[in-house]
Formats: sequence, structure tokens, C-alpha cells
Amino acid sequence: MKRFLGFVKKEFYHIIRDYRTLVILIGIPVAQILIFGFVVSNEIRNTKISILDNSHDEITKKITNKIISSGYFDLHSYLNSYDDIETAFRKGNIKEVIIFESGFSSRLTREGEASIRIIADASDANTGRLITNYTQGIIMNFLKDLVPPGIEIPFTIDSRPRMYFNQDLKGVYMFVPGTMAMILILICALMTSISITRENELGTMEALLVSPLKPVHIILGKVTPYVLLSFIDGLIILLLGYFVFGLPFHGSLALLLSEMTLYVILSLSLGIFISTVAQSQPVAMIMSMLMLMLPTLLLSGFIFPIENMPLLLQGLSMIMPARWFIIILKNIMLMGTGILFVWKETLILLGMTLFFMILSIKRFKVRLE
Amino acid sequence: MPAVEDIIIVRDMVKKFGKFTANDHLTFSVRKGEIFGFLGANGAGKTTALRILCGLSYPTSGEIKIAGYNVYKDREKIKKTIGYMSQKFSLYENLTIAENIKFYAGIYGLRRKVIDARTSELLDKLGISSIRNRLIRDIPLGWKQKLAFSVAVFHNPSIVFLDEPTGGVDPITRRQFWEMINESAEQGITVFVTTHYMDEAEYCHRVSIMVDGRIAALDTPGKLKESFNSKDMNGVFLTLARSKRMNAV
Repeated sequence: MKRFLGFVKKEFYHIIRDYRTLVILIGIPVAQILIFGFVVSNEIRNTKISILDNSHDEITKKITNKIISSGYFDLHSYLNSYDDIETAFRKGNIKEVIIFESGFSSRLTREGEASIRIIADASDANTGRLITNYTQGIIMNFLKDLVPPGIEIPFTIDSRPRMYFNQDLKGVYMFVPGTMAMILILICALMTSISITRENELGTMEALLVSPLKPVHIILGKVTPYVLLSFIDGLIILLLGYFVFGLPFHGSLALLLSEMTLYVILSLSLGIFISTVAQSQPVAMIMSMLMLMLPTLLLSGFIFPIENMPLLLQGLSMIMPARWFIIILKNIMLMGTGILFVWKETLILLGMTLFFMILSIKRFKVRLE
Repeated sequence: MPAVEDIIIVRDMVKKFGKFTANDHLTFSVRKGEIFGFLGANGAGKTTALRILCGLSYPTSGEIKIAGYNVYKDREKIKKTIGYMSQKFSLYENLTIAENIKFYAGIYGLRRKVIDARTSELLDKLGISSIRNRLIRDIPLGWKQKLAFSVAVFHNPSIVFLDEPTGGVDPITRRQFWEMINESAEQGITVFVTTHYMDEAEYCHRVSIMVDGRIAALDTPGKLKESFNSKDMNGVFLTLARSKRMNAV
């Protein structure tokens, strides 16, 4: 018994004295619960909408106020014509457009029937549906408030929701871009970081550095097979999405492939950076998982909408390369936009790539010392 | 006055890591074709010095010439004329024997025909032609070691640097390994080898013994044994190590 207790005591010492174990035991569950709690939400909050009010009368104003003061929606802008709608969506600032037909109040009071059109950006299928449901619910409540309780509502407001970019609310529209973003960053970063640290561990990196091979050649040589593999992977995902799941492809293939290449290079730079920080292969693996895969899964907008997260997590999601890549993918594939609409995101990816490349080269050189 | 045949010239080499001085004003020369043993206990600074001579790290200060080239300015030229074998043997576990040779030979710019011819020659000599397509991880340690050395000198460098090459192998294998080193030296390759096995010093033309970052002694094994009144190199080292400790106290 004493022997056993002695052993247990030793194990406790191990755990307490290795701060990494403590992090895993306590830190990670806490972080997980907090993050999941805040990220996983099926509610909507402060969704930006635009309103095309063809009536500008008392009732439309009342309905508008009710919608805006609900806490679920924020008024982004008033649109002036139907032509503005498509542009408004493509810019990506709003998730819904509410259109009041002209002569709304008079039609409602005289004929007892008027119509409101609701158009939602359904490139994120789940939120698309939620948004229209909430909107319709608010309109319903407005009607109820017009009459004393118990009396049948003599009016009907015909609100027909239309899902923009994703008529049938197909989940695959969200799923394929997100999967592609995640797989690419995973392959590239994980594989390059492991490959380089493995070389360090084996002692072969030294032999390479003594040889006439320049460090730049070594890195490029390590990275090239993964560029090719990732590219092929990306293409496979696209083809499967297109042929098997009917994913639309409205935009330019050349632009898409260029953006994919940029994203791949960014992921590879991340992998190289991790390899300059990680001491061994297992560390490289865990760093890649924790720093890349998990946050990408949770914070990139792949599964859980970013707009619903608390500000801190929204800020955090800004440094996720996948977030920007998913926006670019959705824009090009679902909305068919060109570089004019995605230049901001492209620039961000470019900036991140340069940042990590320069940082990695610097660290690699220091490592040599 | 450095002799014409000095192929490594080191003067006042210093290497500091922050406040810690790993190499403290080392001065020595290595002659062409000699087997130069760089001895010392673990942590004495041998590997640090070797890494600088190989071009793996920069010295903090000092004048260093390898094969006539300046270590600060002509690194690329130096890299082409030297060979290196690390402690971990530098061979890729999941490549075959032949593939490893081809890879390294290619990096040093050898042509395909030359590589093929030399590979056959080498494998015959080592007696491993029949297993040329076996993966490195499937061959015993002693063979790996000999192969690693052969790969390091495959491109006929003027100097080969060996960093503790005999760790973990049995005495017979070590002996055979040193025979290979002798052979290379006879063919004109200068051998610079670090080790903490004092008995291996006997195999060298000259040895230097590092203690706490400095060269405490440098001469032929015979003369060292004489001046320290010891029957073997172990004794020489112990005397040196003890005197240092006493001075420190």
C-alpha cells in the first residue's frame, strides 16, 4: 500500500510541476466552455438590415420602428430603388432587405391586405431562415397589437421571404467553402510544421544547412509538394461540391484559383512559422491544432455566425485567415462577384502572408545561430 | 607564421551566448591531410566550435580560415568543399541506402553517372550491395554509422567534420570506423573529429583538449602523454580537468 501511495505522490508531483499539464487539465476545459457557450448560439442579435420603403407612411414607419427596436436588427440604410438591393447584398454589410410596397397604409386599411417582401442573404442558410422567421414574427406581433386581444385580426400582411444567393437554403453552400478553408489550412500548416521539425529532430537539418543548399531552397523544397497537394485537394473539394452537391459557381474560376493559391501560401507560411517556434513534432502538431484548427472551426464563421458572437470573439475572429477566405469563396461562388468586391479581404490575406513569411525567415535565421 | 599546408586556421575565436562564453579565444591550426582530434568533456565547447567551422553558426569574434576561405565572407565556397557527419548520422530513415547517397551526392553537385559509379564502388567496399534498396531504419547502427561517414566523404571534400561520430556503438565497430577515417586521411582528406572518448585520441595525428571553453592542451598524443606523465590519454585528460578544478577553487 505504501509503495502504491509513494507512486501516486510522484504522479501528483509530475502534474503540478509541469505547467503544461495544468493548462490542459484546467485551462482548456474552461476555455472550451466559455468559447462554446458564446459562440454556439442560434439567436440573432444586431443583424444589419436595409429597408426599401416605397410608402413612407405612418404604418410602415411603425413597423420599421418595431423591427429596429426589437434588439435583433439594426438599421443599416434606407434603399432608394430595387436596383440597390443586389449591390447592397454584395457589399456584404446587410443580411436582409425589407420592402414595403407603395401605398401600404391605404391598402391595408381599405383592402385589409398589404404585402411586405423580405429578402434575406441566405449564403449562410441557418441564419437566413432565422432572420426571416424573426422578421415575420415581429410583423405578426405588430398586427396583434393593432386590435384588442381576442378579436380576429382583420388585416393580413403577406410577407414573402426570399432567400438570396441560396434559394433552397442548402447547407452545402456554407459547408463547402468552410470545409475547404479548414482543410487547406490544416494540411499546409500541420504538414509543413511537422516536416520541418522532424528534419530538426533527426539531425538531418544540420547536414542540409552545412551543404551548399541555401536555407531558402530548403524551405521552398519542403513547401512545394504541399502546395501541389493542397491545390489538388482544393480542386477536388470544389469539383465534389459542384457536381455532387450542386454548389453554384457564378464567378470567375481564375480569380477563385488565384485566391486559393494565396490562401495556400498563407497557410504554408503559418506552418513554417510554427516550425520555428515548436521544439519537436508533437509540439508542432498540438500548436497547429490548437492555434489553427480549433479556432478556425469555431471563430471563422464556418459553422457559427460571427455576428452573433460577443465583441471579444468577433475581434479574435478577425485574425483568422479562414474567416476572410470563406468570405472570398462565398462571394465568388455564390454571388459571382469579382475582385472589386473582395479586394479588401484579399489584401488582408496578402498582408498576413507577408507578415508570417518575414517573421518566419527572421526566426529561421536566428535559429541557425 | 602559418604553414602553407594549414587547411584550417583559427585565431582568437570567441563564441558567447549572452553572458556565457562557450569558446574563449581559441587559437589553433589543422594541417592538410591530418586527423585532428578535438577532445573535451561534455559541455566543454567542442560542438560549438565545430558548428562555427562548418558554417552552422557565426562566431562572436575571431579570424577563421577554412581551406583558404574566410568564414565570414566565403561561406558558400566553404560549404562546397567540406563534408559533415552529425551525431545523429544525418541519414533519412525512410529512404533507402541508395536513395540517401543519391540525395546528398546530388546536393553537392555530382553528376548522375559519377554518382552511380561511385555508389556501386562504395557499396561493394562496405559489402552492402545486396541491400542497397533497404530503408535506413532497417539496418543496424554500426552499418548506419559507416554509411553516414561514407556519404559525408562521397563528394571528396578537402575537409570532413565529424561531430561525436562514435556514440552508442560497440568498441569493435568503433575500431572499424576509425580504420575508415584513416583510409580517408591517407587519400588526402583532412579529418576534424570531436569526441569525448579519450581512447580515440590515440588514433589521431594531433589532438587538442578543451576544458571550460579554452584549449588546455594541443599536441600529438605521444607528446601529451609524455608531458603529463601518463600512460594513456584518459590520464592526460583527468590531470587537466583536476588542475582546472583546483585553480577554480
